[in-house]
Amino acid sequence: MSWSEGTRSGRRSLQVKFVSDEDVLRHIADDTGIKVRKDKAQLSVSVKRFVKKLENVSDNEAQEILEEKNYVAALGICAQDPMGSGSNISGGEVYSFQTPKRSNKMAELASELAQTPEKNVAPDHSKCLEKTAKTPQSIFSLLFQNKKKEFVSTTPYRLRKRLAASDPCLESESEYSASCSEEEDEEDQKEVNTVLSDQKTPAKTKAASTPPPRNSLSKKIKEQKMGNLVEEYFEAHSSSKVLTSDRTLQKLRKRRLNQQTLHGLLKNVPLVYAAEIRDLNQQHESLFSKWMLQLHLGFNIVLYGLGSKRDLLEKFRTSLLQDSVHLVVNGYFPSITVRSILNSITEEVLDHIGTFRSPLDQLEFITKRFKEDSSLELYVLIHNLDSQMLRGERSQQILAQLSSLPSIYLIASIDHINAPLMWDQAKLSLYNWLWYETTTFHPYVEETSYENSLLVQQSGSLALSSLMHVLHSLTLNARGIFRLLAQHQLEKKDNPSYPGLSFQDFYQQCREAFLVNSDLTLRAQLTEFRDHKLIRTKRGADGVEYLLIPVDDSTLTDFLEKEDDDV
Amino acid sequence: GCFVFKPSSKKRRWSEKTAHDFRSASSDSEDTELRFVTCQSLWNQIKSETEQIQEDLNKQLLDNLMSFLSRSHSNFQEKTAEWTCRMKFREIPTAALVLGVNVTDHDLTFRGLSDVLQDNITPYVALLEAKDCSGIKNLMQKLMGQLMNCDIDVDSLEDEDCVQVSPNRIRCSMPSLISWYDSATKKTDSGTPSKKRNSSSRHWQSPPVVVIFKDIESFTTKVLQDFIVISSQHIHELPLVLIFGIATSPMIIHRLLPHSVSSLLCIELFQSLSCKEHLSTIIDKLLLTSQFPFKLGEKVLQVLINIFLYHDFSVKNFIKGFQLCIVEHFYSQPLSVLCCHLVDIKKRVYSLSHDQCENIRRLLSFRRYVEKQESGKQIELLTNDSALKGETEKLLEDLHVYHENYISILRCLHVFTSSLPKYPLGKQIRELHCACLENRVWETEEYESSLQLARMLNKTDLVTMLQQCVGILVSSSGKEFDKTVEKLKEFLTQFQKLEEASQERDVSVSSQKELQKKTDLYHLQKTLLELKESRKSKKLTKFEMLRFEVVDYIDSLVRKYLVPADDRTLHEIVYFNTAAVLRGHLNAAPRTALHTALNNPYWYLKNQALKCDGGGISNKAPDICIVYKLHLECGRLINLVDWLEAFSTVVMAAEEPVADAASSDQVDDIIHARFIRAVSELELLGFIKPSKQKTDHVARLTWGGC
Repeated sequence: MSWSEGTRSGRRSLQVKFVSDEDVLRHIADDTGIKVRKDKAQLSVSVKRFVKKLENVSDNEAQEILEEKNYVAALGICAQDPMGSGSNISGGEVYSFQTPKRSNKMAELASELAQTPEKNVAPDHSKCLEKTAKTPQSIFSLLFQNKKKEFVSTTPYRLRKRLAASDPCLESESEYSASCSEEEDEEDQKEVNTVLSDQKTPAKTKAASTPPPRNSLSKKIKEQKMGNLVEEYFEAHSSSKVLTSDRTLQKLRKRRLNQQTLHGLLKNVPLVYAAEIRDLNQQHESLFSKWMLQLHLGFNIVLYGLGSKRDLLEKFRTSLLQDSVHLVVNGYFPSITVRSILNSITEEVLDHIGTFRSPLDQLEFITKRFKEDSSLELYVLIHNLDSQMLRGERSQQILAQLSSLPSIYLIASIDHINAPLMWDQAKLSLYNWLWYETTTFHPYVEETSYENSLLVQQSGSLALSSLMHVLHSLTLNARGIFRLLAQHQLEKKDNPSYPGLSFQDFYQQCREAFLVNSDLTLRAQLTEFRDHKLIRTKRGADGVEYLLIPVDDSTLTDFLEKEDDDV
Repeated sequence: GCFVFKPSSKKRRWSEKTAHDFRSASSDSEDTELRFVTCQSLWNQIKSETEQIQEDLNKQLLDNLMSFLSRSHSNFQEKTAEWTCRMKFREIPTAALVLGVNVTDHDLTFRGLSDVLQDNITPYVALLEAKDCSGIKNLMQKLMGQLMNCDIDVDSLEDEDCVQVSPNRIRCSMPSLISWYDSATKKTDSGTPSKKRNSSSRHWQSPPVVVIFKDIESFTTKVLQDFIVISSQHIHELPLVLIFGIATSPMIIHRLLPHSVSSLLCIELFQSLSCKEHLSTIIDKLLLTSQFPFKLGEKVLQVLINIFLYHDFSVKNFIKGFQLCIVEHFYSQPLSVLCCHLVDIKKRVYSLSHDQCENIRRLLSFRRYVEKQESGKQIELLTNDSALKGETEKLLEDLHVYHENYISILRCLHVFTSSLPKYPLGKQIRELHCACLENRVWETEEYESSLQLARMLNKTDLVTMLQQCVGILVSSSGKEFDKTVEKLKEFLTQFQKLEEASQERDVSVSSQKELQKKTDLYHLQKTLLELKESRKSKKLTKFEMLRFEVVDYIDSLVRKYLVPADDRTLHEIVYFNTAAVLRGHLNAAPRTALHTALNNPYWYLKNQALKCDGGGISNKAPDICIVYKLHLECGRLINLVDWLEAFSTVVMAAEEPVADAASSDQVDDIIHARFIRAVSELELLGFIKPSKQKTDHVARLTWGGC
């Protein structure tokens, strides 16, 4: 180090410094980039620096993983487990701090995955280098086409934004969107630049132009902020800026699927790797009698792992529990409560008629009965013990106490990644779990069917029928009023910041259509609508009352069509 | 959502059923009955043993508490000055019981405590838990329910006219409690039947009412405060004693209660045994004894200890793990039928079937053993069942003897290593035990360094250690130790002699004295060098020679007796060694399993199409894996449209491009449906949730979504 300094200053003022090995190491590790730049300043190839840095990063990475391994080994979690379960990876891999920020990451990965239909993807350095070096355009061009299209589509929207009325909340949101689009713009611009420069200097940038997808920018960011991951986390979460594209499903012009069609479609999809999944399940099924044994010895069993465990438990039930009293609880059922579980025990198993003041009383009763009568025994199967309705502290406490009874045998399944957090030490010791990994890869058909899913048009048909029902009981004028509002709302459906129709405007329109004759009649009508939850009113910033139908646009369209048919 | 299924047929009895499970589970039907019975009886023995140990450990604490309670109570009886003085300040006698963080073990302590209390001091004991006492009303209700029930239990036979009010209907207030107490004690006073005598001889005239708060930390401050203030108002009528179960530190009382309230308590502190000591005793009594034929292998023990040290500090869980080990061992190892007490071995060995003999021949350690024999015997062992049985019996007896010796020598070695600075072989005997089980302990560096350190021990230490060793060996059940004891005693007498000799020869010339006089640098250096030389070549003193001898002797004992169990023939029969199973069942990592399934489906589905190295994933992977992989690339929010598009890009590429224009729309819909399913599965798994922040976006819930 002192040597390089010496050469730079032309040997005029030679400085001798004692530098500790650590410092030297740190210097080399940290400042490689700078050093390289100094050495080859005239070349001004920052790209090279980037590559260097990248190698450092991966070295550090390796080091880090090594350290993690050591730590894990120290914890004794790393006891040899060559076959067994898939749980011999370090926690660092699972709970990682990877911080990809570019919005087109996903598309990138997708195209990469898609690009190699036959060969398997292996994003290690050398392979990727070659691959992407050969066809860099194909990836980016694909990407850019997508992006370009999108920008075109967003421009009028941004124009509209300026015209839009001033709903504070919506306003700010649209600002985010706009700004994010701009940022994206810049980013793409950058991308283009790099690509261009790559093409100009193909010899040098062969390596640089093709950063392996996972290791490029995100790694750099990671390296820079390695010191304070926690700070980084909060920093990243403090800003509410969202860097995603602004596309919506509606623009995709794809009809929303409802539950039935979804089921129909999925029925036609063949189950992939059926043979392997069957093998996997057979392995689990061979454990059934062991489960029974362990249940009888006072343990309770919890199943975890990817894939629906419903079929497995069902098979367990039909094969082993046929001649004993058992209770099946579908935890994923949206209206399940602990109370209903307790009720079915007291009413159906214990044949007790009468009510209880609180679940605790009920539990006490059950405990007493089971302690008194040693011949009573009950198997409880709970699908999804971690479901929305059962994951509460009190429910879990009651279930844990129930399961701690010696003649109640509980076998349950969990799916949520944070499910074990439900239980503290006290509950865990009550449950007395034995964990079994049962990865089945079965689709969660039943479990997700109740969920108000994101993409499924769930409430659509229901909302429409109830809308029709209510409207049919109203007078013709009232229907006309509602129709007017709906039409107006549909006209403005492309404007996401549409606040609703202001009362004054609405009154004007109603008057023009000879639907009402005074302010008061309209108000009375609106009150009736509001009581039936047909409309929602909210006050804008300027104190004006805005009216809105809280139904999505497609339902509204359907409704208007139906109305037209009627009329 | 709940469905009850009732069978029509009659139920079988429990024990039959369990045995049946055991039978049907194991592949070969032989000996299963016997195995199950052995397993059960072994477990029952161990269970009663642990209960005994725990009782013994808690004895001290309970005795202290008893004396405290009787003290606080006798004052009330005699209305002494101290009591009245305390009454003036309305102080409630309170015992703060610091129990440690292992909350799960507390139940046992409290159960023991209330049993002892009810036997010796008072029938009026109430156990309160925070989860039942959300308000002062619930607390009072619970308290009175428990107190009155226990009263009714005592004299329900005598008082038919006693109104059996349900605890729910009486008004729960302090005055009603007091009137109940008055009537209850009056009754005991007036009650003269002979049956009463024994109970009244055990309890005092007006026994105190003991209220135990199991987990003081989880009580709400307000409830506690109210209760204390109210009851302190009535302390002169109702001899109340409180016991607080504390998991953290006694400071919590002052954190929970303001000064005005805590000044109403007269607190005495009691400390229970720390859970680590508890564990040491358990290990000592359960594992380091030849009483039980079943043994834990090194890895298994390590897993159990790690769960204890790094996860819960719970002795109860440790024992649960131990139980699981027993069950697993007897379940999975058909030869475990031989894992029984020495007296039964002969009978069992000779009743082994041919298949079981084959099982023995298949054991790795037995194969090694056979290879070492000469050829004639080899053939006999491998072909003749009765010869094999004879040999097996002999080997099992050897194994038993080995255990006895092992334990004694281990304890001796522990005497030495536990007093060395920095404890190279560990402070606790369990660490030493693990080290010895793992591999040949004398080949390890730690052992080497501890021998080095042992060679530097001073005489008094050495002598006391030797005496301890003699004590251990004499009391041990091993028969081979007569010679060893003799040898050690000989060492002791030699030390004794040495001491006498040194006392006579107490005139030592102090060479250091010469250094004191004035000298120049050169001379000093020279003298120091000379000194160094002389020290190097100096003959060892007699003591040092003896010390070396002692250490070498100990070393030879270690080499002889502390052979790791894996080297012993037939160790598979009594040692449980599959740590992976144990860890999987007790200390599972559900998140990791999910991670593996999503990132590397090939791990589970052994299909070549899924195989890929590095962090990548094949595009033929199950939908949920692809969707998951794609979502990892996103930030905090994910645009569903982008996601869908990316997904369909991948999936289309994976499928053969049929390029049928007519059906493309259909395909599109199917892909859409698959995407929906995969996304909602991810939502169920908790990776994403719907977000209102932006239309058609979902929020990531895992880290890395910064």
